[in-house]
Amino acid sequence: MIQEVGIVLFFMVLAVSFLSCSAYVVFFITQKKQIRQYARYILMGSGILQTLYILSRAIASGHTPITSQHEAVVFFAWSLTWSYLSFRWRYTVKNFGTFVSILLFLLLIVASQVSREMTPLVPALQSNWLPIHAGSSIIAYGFLALAFCGGIMYLLQEWELKSKRFGYFFERLPSLDALDQLNSHCLSAGFVFLTIGIVTGSIWAHQAWGAFWQWDPKETWSLITWFIYLVQLHQRFTVGWRGKRAAVMAIIGFCAVIFTLWGVTYLLGGLHSYGK
Amino acid sequence: MVSERVILLGVNHKTTPVEVREKMALTDGYEESLQRLGRIEGCKEYYLLSTCNRVELLLVAEPTAELEEEIVRFLFGDRIPKEKCSEYLYMYYDDEAVLHMFMVAASLDSMIVGEAQILGQLKEAYRFATAQKCTGSLLNKLLHKSFSVAKRVRCETGIGSSAVSISYAAVQLAKKIFGSIAGKKVMLVGAGEMAELAAEHLLGQGVEEVVVVNRTLSKAVDLAKRFDGTAASLDELHLQLERVDIIISSTGAKGFILTKEEVRPIMRARRNSPLFFIDIAVPRDLDPVLSDLENVYLYDIDDLQHIVEKNKSERDKEAVKAKRIVEEESLKFSKWREGMAMTPTIMSLRRKADRIAKDEFAKTAKRLNGLSAKEQKMVEKMGQAICSKLIHDPLQYLKSESCSHGNKEQKIEFMRSVFGLDQEKDE
Repeated sequence: MIQEVGIVLFFMVLAVSFLSCSAYVVFFITQKKQIRQYARYILMGSGILQTLYILSRAIASGHTPITSQHEAVVFFAWSLTWSYLSFRWRYTVKNFGTFVSILLFLLLIVASQVSREMTPLVPALQSNWLPIHAGSSIIAYGFLALAFCGGIMYLLQEWELKSKRFGYFFERLPSLDALDQLNSHCLSAGFVFLTIGIVTGSIWAHQAWGAFWQWDPKETWSLITWFIYLVQLHQRFTVGWRGKRAAVMAIIGFCAVIFTLWGVTYLLGGLHSYGK
Repeated sequence: MVSERVILLGVNHKTTPVEVREKMALTDGYEESLQRLGRIEGCKEYYLLSTCNRVELLLVAEPTAELEEEIVRFLFGDRIPKEKCSEYLYMYYDDEAVLHMFMVAASLDSMIVGEAQILGQLKEAYRFATAQKCTGSLLNKLLHKSFSVAKRVRCETGIGSSAVSISYAAVQLAKKIFGSIAGKKVMLVGAGEMAELAAEHLLGQGVEEVVVVNRTLSKAVDLAKRFDGTAASLDELHLQLERVDIIISSTGAKGFILTKEEVRPIMRARRNSPLFFIDIAVPRDLDPVLSDLENVYLYDIDDLQHIVEKNKSERDKEAVKAKRIVEEESLKFSKWREGMAMTPTIMSLRRKADRIAKDEFAKTAKRLNGLSAKEQKMVEKMGQAICSKLIHDPLQYLKSESCSHGNKEQKIEFMRSVFGLDQEKDE
């Protein structure tokens, strides 16, 4: 029963996210404020549906639904949606929603393409550390994804300004300063969660396998990602790396995140590849 | 029939040269002028607008030849020969007057299309007019409507959003780089009308501080006083660059005053916080390759001019949209007025039907014995129902759009004579 509900919920999530994405794109083109209002409500609706879907899977499987590829991606989408909405609540960045909703919809498309089957939890994963470790890692991904969207917007806007074209995006994108601040806020939040994810993972590994660190590919790549962001934050606070460089770093960092999430599982295998 | 009309007459920057306009400008202020205008016989409602680009009168009156002559005399005074007046003057009636009023309010008739000042001037003039009770129901409605039309145009089109001067363009760019200009520091290198204008404009946007740099310090001090800023000598240029955000350069120097190699260490000292250079000088003061540096944005006069041109064409496009809105609204307004003209006829037709029903019932009721109160009510209701059913179709015809009998006025006259509505009053 709960599984059927889950399937219906997932397709509703897909449909509603598509709607909000299209509404945001229409807003981007027409710049009519009324449409943005609708788009925001629809996105909120999508966020609620995602929450319900995750809950339905949690009930059906009896553990935190974050152990298969599908679940991880849905959780990623969820954290992107809610980190955006929480961010939106404090700052307004012009037309940010359009970029975020497109990325969100792409993530959900990926989620719909992989197996939605529920596998019983292997003994190694049956622990209270699972939601803390995997949860905070994926919440970090949400914020880092926001920084990625901001980075793309920054590069577009800076290109318009430097090339003196003042074309389509010039009017529609926010100021460079706003985008740079967004980069800094999202990376700071994302970095904190990423650190928590890695530390808790390490503690859990010590309990489960008796070693804090085993240089398993996923661990290695997480560390690489973590270092990329560390360098960037360090440079921002010491010598004032900002603007284009920060935007490029946010994009590179996010590529590392995506590789850690998928590339490692499919290409390198290792201890973390349960959902393969 | 009502023969009062809305009349709009006046002169503006398109029809009349400034030499004539300045002679016409109502020097004695709105209050005096409105009083004088009120003394003219036949002006039922009147409104007066006087700005540096236009003087316009809006009246509700019966347009007789004497009235018009007197109004023209009021407008031009004795200073301008009579035969010249008709050359400058435009005069519109009713729908055209309304359309013109809306065009003015929406800033489509302005010298700089889309400038926002005119709406404030309209409102101020209206305040004077209402204070002296010069306007009545029709002009009140018309003016309020023109304010809301202006607002609609502003909301639905981008007519007021484009920068059409160099200093506006500079502000627009600064906003895209810094987000907000408030709290930023501006440095003026050299002097010149355009540079000062740009600095003034930035100051108006909330710039925190102005630093003026000049080869001769005394000049810098003088100029700094004007902006309430500080002065510095040219030797301090590099030092100042570490603390300001926006640089407007317009020196008479032959070569570049700043090179890329000089700015690179400055950026390091600034911890890469963005620098926005505006180079107004010809020949240019700043090496164009500066812009290769990260977080340095450099625009010369041609770039700014390019933005202005682009905005202008954008504004023209928006103006087409705005005109459509104005036309639509003026059509709505004339519909409303027609409805108003219709209303008295509808009302008196209804009244007549009601009275007939009431009178006939009163006559009959005397002879109706043995009916209960309830039954009496029913009979009364029946009488009313017959009457209202009977006038239903004529009323529909009055309200309808169809004009098989020529225009609306003819329609009203026709209905009034068919139903004898005008005789009633005489009785």
